[in-house]
Amino acid sequence: MSEFRYLPVTEEDRREMLNVIGVQSDEDLFSDVPAKIRFKGDLKLEPKLSEPELVRFLAGLAKKNVSTRDYPSFLGAGIYDHYIPSVVDSVISRGEFYTAYTPYQAEVSQGELQAIFEFQTLICELTGMEAANSSMYDGSTSLAEAALLSSSVTRNKKIVVSETVHPEYRQVLATYAHGRRLDVVTVPAKNGAVDLQTLEAAVDDGTACVIVQYPNFFGQIGPLKEIEQIVHGTKKAQLIVASNPLSLGLLTPPGSFNADIVVGDCQPLGISESFGGPHCGYFAVSKKLIRKVPGRLVGETVDDQGQRGYVLTLQAREQHIRREKATSNICSNQALNALASSVAMNAFGKKGIRELAEQNIQKAHYAAEQFKEYGISVCSDQPYFNEFVVDCKRPVSEVNHLLLKEGIIGGYDLSKSFDQMNNKMLIAVTEMRSKNEIDQFVEALGGIIGG
Amino acid sequence: MDNQNQALIFERSREGRTAYSLPPLDVPETPLSNMVDKVYLRQEEPNWPEVSELELVRHYMALSRRNFGVDNGFYPLGSCTMKYNPKVNEVVARLDGLTNIHPYQDEHSVQGALELLYRLQENLQEITGMDAVTLQPAAGAHGEWTGLMIIRAFHEANGDVKRTKVIVPDTAHGTNPASAAVAGFDAVTVKSDENGLVDLDDLRRVADETTAAFMLTNPNTLGLFETHIQEIAEIIHAAGGKVYYDGANMNAIMGVTRPGDMGYDVVHLNLHKTFTGPHGGGGPGSGPVGVKAELEPFLPKPLIVKKDDGSFGFDNDRPQSIGRVKAFYGNFGINVRAYAYIRTMGGKGLFQVSKDAVLNANYLLKRLSDAFETPFKQLCKHEFVLSGSRQKKLGVRTLDMAKRLLDFGYYPPTIYFPLLVDEALMIEPTETESKETLDAFADHLIAITKEVENSPEIVQEAPHKTVIGRLDETQAARHPVLRYVKEKH
Repeated sequence: MSEFRYLPVTEEDRREMLNVIGVQSDEDLFSDVPAKIRFKGDLKLEPKLSEPELVRFLAGLAKKNVSTRDYPSFLGAGIYDHYIPSVVDSVISRGEFYTAYTPYQAEVSQGELQAIFEFQTLICELTGMEAANSSMYDGSTSLAEAALLSSSVTRNKKIVVSETVHPEYRQVLATYAHGRRLDVVTVPAKNGAVDLQTLEAAVDDGTACVIVQYPNFFGQIGPLKEIEQIVHGTKKAQLIVASNPLSLGLLTPPGSFNADIVVGDCQPLGISESFGGPHCGYFAVSKKLIRKVPGRLVGETVDDQGQRGYVLTLQAREQHIRREKATSNICSNQALNALASSVAMNAFGKKGIRELAEQNIQKAHYAAEQFKEYGISVCSDQPYFNEFVVDCKRPVSEVNHLLLKEGIIGGYDLSKSFDQMNNKMLIAVTEMRSKNEIDQFVEALGGIIGG
Repeated sequence: MDNQNQALIFERSREGRTAYSLPPLDVPETPLSNMVDKVYLRQEEPNWPEVSELELVRHYMALSRRNFGVDNGFYPLGSCTMKYNPKVNEVVARLDGLTNIHPYQDEHSVQGALELLYRLQENLQEITGMDAVTLQPAAGAHGEWTGLMIIRAFHEANGDVKRTKVIVPDTAHGTNPASAAVAGFDAVTVKSDENGLVDLDDLRRVADETTAAFMLTNPNTLGLFETHIQEIAEIIHAAGGKVYYDGANMNAIMGVTRPGDMGYDVVHLNLHKTFTGPHGGGGPGSGPVGVKAELEPFLPKPLIVKKDDGSFGFDNDRPQSIGRVKAFYGNFGINVRAYAYIRTMGGKGLFQVSKDAVLNANYLLKRLSDAFETPFKQLCKHEFVLSGSRQKKLGVRTLDMAKRLLDFGYYPPTIYFPLLVDEALMIEPTETESKETLDAFADHLIAITKEVENSPEIVQEAPHKTVIGRLDETQAARHPVLRYVKEKH
């Protein structure tokens, strides 16, 4: 009996096959590997486990983590605890979807292709843009690719980014920009918002793009209208907006403010937190950029009988054709997560996305009001969506440690990313938090830091 | 498969239906206009569908029936390693404590996740013969770019700023030159010789003081082992460059030889290929990068480390790091699956995987070698390339034969790649396929070559049994329709 349940070749098969090939043994199949570099002995890996042992072992590792199902979580900062309809996991567990690859052969991949076409449509509708691709690795790489695209279209090398953009997204941007030898200019935040005067001074005719986040990293909404006027007041600069897609159920979409590229991460819509990935970047553009989009696009067409069908299209832009002239090297994407997100978006529908977004903004504002009543200082004085900043008056890491003891996962420690933000906690309140949990959180935080 | 013309979800929509349920808002409501300026309050709803939950399920069930995965049948797509995706991987990846954890939780509250990642790093170091591994890159191409950025940072740290060139073989995956360009290098091609291996004389010609790196998968994309790999590494190292291993073809060599022992300095792995990812219809993948010690300071940050007290944590204090390549710590969920697979197989098991993958490929090559031109005569590794040049003379293209395979319930091989083989068919059976499957596939493909000789129109007009015929790709590209737009009445 075989020792390995994934390996069907029996010893009898092996003899017959070696015989057909015309060699004596397995070893002969590796005669082209010089002896000097042959690996001797067994790889020193951890010992193999049977299926029940494996499940038990991994369940043990999983139990060493505190999950956001165990404790109510007020952590956001780009990744959120949201309601995921059960139908999502049911769909993405279908082997036809998750064990397929990129739909190169359209005739047997219509399911995936149509699902992506629908995803592209859902993203366009939500962002108010003309076209969206089939997905990017995540929000951060999507944002970086948007900057590369702007630079290549405008032939300008200056990327202007607001400090109110997610700090890790900006770090990823810096790495990509270094690769392409682009200059990144960061416009400092003022009271948690883009400082328009500094922005205006930073942008000129040599600017490729201005990148802002809406709602921004601190949860604040706007001022996209004013930003757009500054950006498009230059010769070429493009406006790139990173948006939490859930917020766009309630907020005017960036497309309505003439954004050139809208990016973000679909995690809030149907994708679990998963310790940071895999999630799903989205990438949407205005009409004039359709033929410049990185990654894969699905288009509608007809077959020889005139039946409607879908294919990968505009591939002449892609790395496997353009090779060293490609504007992006992205190859695989996040198709399964895009599918998960599509299922969730379709489950919510046009009314549900609004209700979900409204519950978030209502609960966040309720929580902020409770903090204020307790005497805890809320720093966010501009309109915000589902995140706001409080002053803990002592290090957030200490506070979070104590909160955890009370069975609460506290907010994001802003001092990790911003020099001027010691003791400041970024709190996210989603539709998953009940009034009761919010009240307990306010009580617990108040108890720790004093009113 | 379903033969109905499939409606779009938007066309199934009826006002008033829904497929979700939230509890009623349980906090006092504030008027929206008090919270948000009306300029920023959305006026028009997105045109998203309204469907009931059952309709939603049936929609996707219908789509799934119009799709083909490894679970449906043989999928010998060369260079993609379409092996079985174990079900237990899906079970463990969905454990509450691995799914519902936030990357910014306190280190103490995610020790299990960090331990798992640390263990995976250690295992991957042993498999590749490298000294350190980052799990941050999200995919193979992302790993390539990360690896090249590391090499660039290394040269820059040495004040060696004239190294502007990355060499790639003419058989390379398209991502190699593209990744080089995105990392700020010029890609330069080195020729293959008549045996399908790197032409050493040509390599000596192009390798010089401007060479930053040479990217080479081994076995190469023709499925052939680069026997002169040590000499290749010596040529590049003598020129001051680094040798980069594209791990797309790792499935051929686990426990046989290691990139670190062959002379490579940097390697990326495709965990969605060799380590049962799965492929997800195009992703998500995971593309860890391993490096030799001298390149370790340049790895993306943070790294996951084991501390002196035995606990696990992040190392952010890495001044020479290239920075971040992705927010958070990589595609954790895929890394969990890869770890589960490595633990299922163990060291001996992974060696057996590579032996069986190579056995299956050589067997299938032998079975097909009379029916097709075989451009290279030596043994192959985990995959091989046939040429449809003989059939082309009879007026039938490789594309036609690929489409004909669809009628027999197979996903076709990779076609027209590598570029240097005329009418290429690139076949990778993987180790998880049985001899019966290989025999049946060979029989069908040979039968198709007989059709090419006797009734070519059957092949030229294929497929005949799929839900849809060949699609008009020219129209799709010329007049792109990339979204559904509701017809206005």
